[in-house]
Parts: sequence; structure tokens; C-alpha cells
Amino acid sequence: MDYETFEHEADIGIAGYGSTLEEAFENAARAMFSVMVELESVEPKDEVRVRVEAEEADILLVEWLNELLSQAHLNEMLFSEFDVRIQGQEPMRLEGTARGEKLNPEKHELKVEVKAATYSMLEVGREGERYFARCVVDV
Amino acid sequence: MELRSLTKRDEYEWEIPKQGCMNVPGRIFATKALLEEMDEKVREQISNVACLPGIQRAAIAMPDAHWGYGFPIGGVGAFDPEENGVICMGGIGFDISCGVRTMRTGMSIDELKPKIERLVEELYRRVPAGLGSKGKLHLSMQGIDEVLRGGAVWAVEKGYGYEEDLEYIEEHGRMEGAKPENVSERAKRRQLHEVGTLGSGNHYLEVQYVSEVYDEAAARVYGLEKGSVVVSVHCGSRALGHQIGMDYIKELYKAAKKYGIPIRDKELACAPINSPEGERYFSAVAAGINCALANRQVISHLVRQVFEDVVPEAEVEMLYDISHNTCKPEEHEVEGRRRLLYVHRKGSTRALGPGRKEVPREYRSVGQPVLIGGTMGTCSFILRGTEDGLEKAFGSACHGAGRAMSRKQAKRVYRGERVVQELRAKGIIVRAHSWAGVAEEAPGAYKDVEKVVDAVHAAKLAYKVVKLKPVACVKG
Repeated sequence: MDYETFEHEADIGIAGYGSTLEEAFENAARAMFSVMVELESVEPKDEVRVRVEAEEADILLVEWLNELLSQAHLNEMLFSEFDVRIQGQEPMRLEGTARGEKLNPEKHELKVEVKAATYSMLEVGREGERYFARCVVDV
Repeated sequence: MELRSLTKRDEYEWEIPKQGCMNVPGRIFATKALLEEMDEKVREQISNVACLPGIQRAAIAMPDAHWGYGFPIGGVGAFDPEENGVICMGGIGFDISCGVRTMRTGMSIDELKPKIERLVEELYRRVPAGLGSKGKLHLSMQGIDEVLRGGAVWAVEKGYGYEEDLEYIEEHGRMEGAKPENVSERAKRRQLHEVGTLGSGNHYLEVQYVSEVYDEAAARVYGLEKGSVVVSVHCGSRALGHQIGMDYIKELYKAAKKYGIPIRDKELACAPINSPEGERYFSAVAAGINCALANRQVISHLVRQVFEDVVPEAEVEMLYDISHNTCKPEEHEVEGRRRLLYVHRKGSTRALGPGRKEVPREYRSVGQPVLIGGTMGTCSFILRGTEDGLEKAFGSACHGAGRAMSRKQAKRVYRGERVVQELRAKGIIVRAHSWAGVAEEAPGAYKDVEKVVDAVHAAKLAYKVVKLKPVACVKG
């Protein structure tokens, strides 16, 4: 599995892995949306583009995830597929795409609303060949 | 938590001695048993909060404290702007002004019982809740600005509820200092259809009855007796509050760097209260508080409409409305001097004692009602604020039971359908928008609220008045 959720006393942790930083960010987004809905039930029909930037990679992760939550809410959508490109340093600039469809309680197996991605247990880095991106989300 | 490094002040109050960068000691209110179960992280987070500039007296944790975001959930910190005190994101959180409102119905449980099934069905149908739900109000951007400035006062002016409701809401239903211009357009846009929605997670709407009275005199003052039915709503500022948090966290993190505030944890992102960043954030939080107050006011109106249709003989009146994720300027006496402090309460309820001007006149002789929400299968409590509590914890008490089990673990252990069946067997009807949500909120996933409340009572932070048992619960 290239993404997972992990235990946190009050809320829930999300983590994404990949052979690049970008892939880890994409999978972190999948992990976060898997808290809200069964990902398999969300078809990648429509697309939303996002841009965020930050001085540090970990802050960039939270900006990316929160941007997705805002966009999902504003467009009344759920997302299940993501593409990320990261360029530059100080600031690092992320351009991303999120694909999904309109939220439909009849079709989608809904779980719990995520209020925000947080700085709790926030960590972005590399273990050997594998990049990871994780944090706790507030539900 | 390891007890060895704590100093015992009495049976219910423990101190983390001042050390390293701590400006004040840490203080945890709990019994030995609750303390032993408490996460080690609470000690770490309280110690970090004690290092923030301008903190007064002590960084405080309540008996239900658990690992939070910068502050523990169940944390209190009061900061003096005159001493470079800060306003801190971690002390407020993303769900700004999340809180509990309780209303009397004028009915006894025996009178209500025959109509309870229909009542809960209508509440479920007519109070929007759950992921992706929309409210019945559709506002313009200008309308949202009015909500952010006016709070529950706005709602009453629009016909949602009565003028007399306002007396029984903190800040009389409207927080001063709100500046909608410091709330992003996106935050407002996200709220256009959300006013009057319950949300999901641990938010709920419950029909409860008084199952036990501990303090007859105070109960009478609050208009309650054994068997009285009340309705409680637990929810917050919805998407607007979440977006304010998202918008400001990065800004406050930068501000902490700019002003050279040594934060030991990114989540303690903060700015001096007297700085452009701090002032902006405070005015946005005040707007978020107003959004939550308006939200609970509109939901109350929906509840009243349902009661009018199903139980027309009921008279739904406000008992009180508290918020447990806030930062508010309040006067407190520290070292013999009255000062204006910015009191952060993260998962902690204001509990002002008798005589304070903020307490509604009708309740002033006994103190402010302190509304403590339990889990759907157990019970809730109403306590009253004390004079001792002002001295010990800036007039604060716990906010709920606190989780004992992670959400993930709860989902492994419980199944939503099963939890609902078991509660029905106990006489509690649950209507939920998500089975997974029910499993995560299973009563067994929480600490025993009675033990938490007993510790609050014994520590004299607030005194027990009545216990409430649920008969019906609507969950997001």
C-alpha cells in the first residue's frame, strides 16, 4: 500500500509514500480522502487544478492538503486521484491536479468530514529510496 | 503519565514544576487514576505552552485532557498583552467556538415518551447534518459579513429565535471585535450554504432528561427538576472556522519567527496580541465565534419548529450556550492586580462563578451553567461555575469525556449498526448519517465522563448540578 492512515488519540494520521516527493504528496492526498470516503466509489471524472507554495516541504504538504479540502468543499466534490509537480526552493512551488466527481450521498460511501490537515506529527522526508509525507488531520 | 516528575498540590491538583524555558509551572487537575491514564503528551504540550511569552499563573490541563494540537485538548492558557502575551492557534484550533447549547422544553420524560420516535425522525430529517450536507439558508457574501459581525443577534434579527435567547448566550450572542474584512473570501464562500448545519464527527443533537439532581437549589435556578426534558446541540463554526484556521496557521507560523518567539512545536504558531498579525487573527477568531453562535441559533430554530409540529405543548426555551474552543479577553486578578487577559480555552469550558457580570442575571446567585457533553450512550452533565475555579483555572472546567480509544481502533472494535442496536436496547434512539461515524463515536471509545466530571467537582472548578441521560441522538 502506498498510503495509509495511522492511530492518533483524538483524530487520525495520514501518510503517503513514493519514489519521489511528488508521489508521496499524491498518496498523502489519497490517504486523507480515504478518511472521508471509500476511494473506490469516487470516479475521476472532473478535474481541479491547484497551486500552493511554502518555504519548507512540510509546510507545503499541509498547504496542499488544505487547499484540496477547500477546493473539494467549494466545488462540492470528492477527489480520488492526484498529480503533483514541485519546483523551486524557498519557496517551493507546487502545481497539482485533483480528479474526482460531485459528492453524491447515494453513490459515495461517506465517512467523516476532515476539518483540516494540521502541523501535528507533520513530517516529510526520505527513508532510503522511499519518500514519505505524513501528518494528523483534524476530524 | 508518569507521576514521579509531578508535584502533588492536593488530591486533585498536580504541578509540573517550572523548568527550562517555562515561564510558569504547568498544572493538571485530575485524580490519580485519571492522571495515570493520561497521555504523556499532555505533560509535554502543557510544558511547551508554559514557555510561551506573557503566560500568566500556569499552563493548565483539565481532567479530560488528551493529546491535542500544540495545546492539549482540555488546555487553558491566559496571556497578558502588556507582557508580550500571545494569541496562539493551538489554543483555539480549527473548529472555532465549537460548543454546546442546551434548551429546556417544559416537558417531563414521561410526557414526551409516546412521541419520541416521531420527534427524532423529524429532527434527523430537518436538521441538516453529515458530510456534504447543506443548510436551508443561502446567504450572499454581504449576508455572511452580517453573520460574522452579528452572531446570534443577527440570527434573532432575521427571525431565528427570540430576543430573550440572547441573554443566555456567552457575550450575549455577539462577540465584540469581529472584523469580517480579516476573514478570507474563500472562508466566507465556503459558509454560504453552511449556516444552520450540524457537521459530522463528534457533533450531535440530543434529546435528554434530568436523571439525577445533585444541587436542588441551583437546578431550580436553571429551571430544571428530575425528569425534565432538554435538547442539546453540539457543533461549531463549520467550514468558515476551519478555513480561518487554514488561512492563519502559515501566517502565525511566520509571525512567530518574525517576532523571535521560541515555539517548541510548529502547532504553537502564534503572534503577540499587540501586533498587526495578532490583532488580525483575533478579529478573525471573533468573527468565527459569531459564525458558531449564529449557527447554533439557527439550528435551535429548526429544533423549535420540529417541536411545534410534533410536540406542540412543549415550550422550548434557552438554558445556556457555551463555547469550548475560544480565545476571549476577560478580566482576572493576578498577583493582586485586575488585568485584561486573553484566555485560550481549547476543549475547555468557561465556568464563571457567582457574581461575575458575564453570568446572566437570573443565574448570577449560583454561577454560570457549565454544559458538559458526554457520548451518545452515556450521559451529559450541567455544572455551575465556582469562585475557587476563577482562582485555580481562570474560571474553566472540562468539556467532555475525552477519547480513550483512537478513531481507527474504535472502528476495528465497533460496528456502527451494532452500536445503534445496542443503544436502542438501552432505550436510546440513534439516527446517524454515517455508520463509520457512529463506530468512531461509540460510547466505549471515550473515557468515563462521570469520572471526569467528579474530578472537576472535587477540584472545585465547577460543581455538579444535574446529570442528563439521552433518549434520542442525531449524529452527522
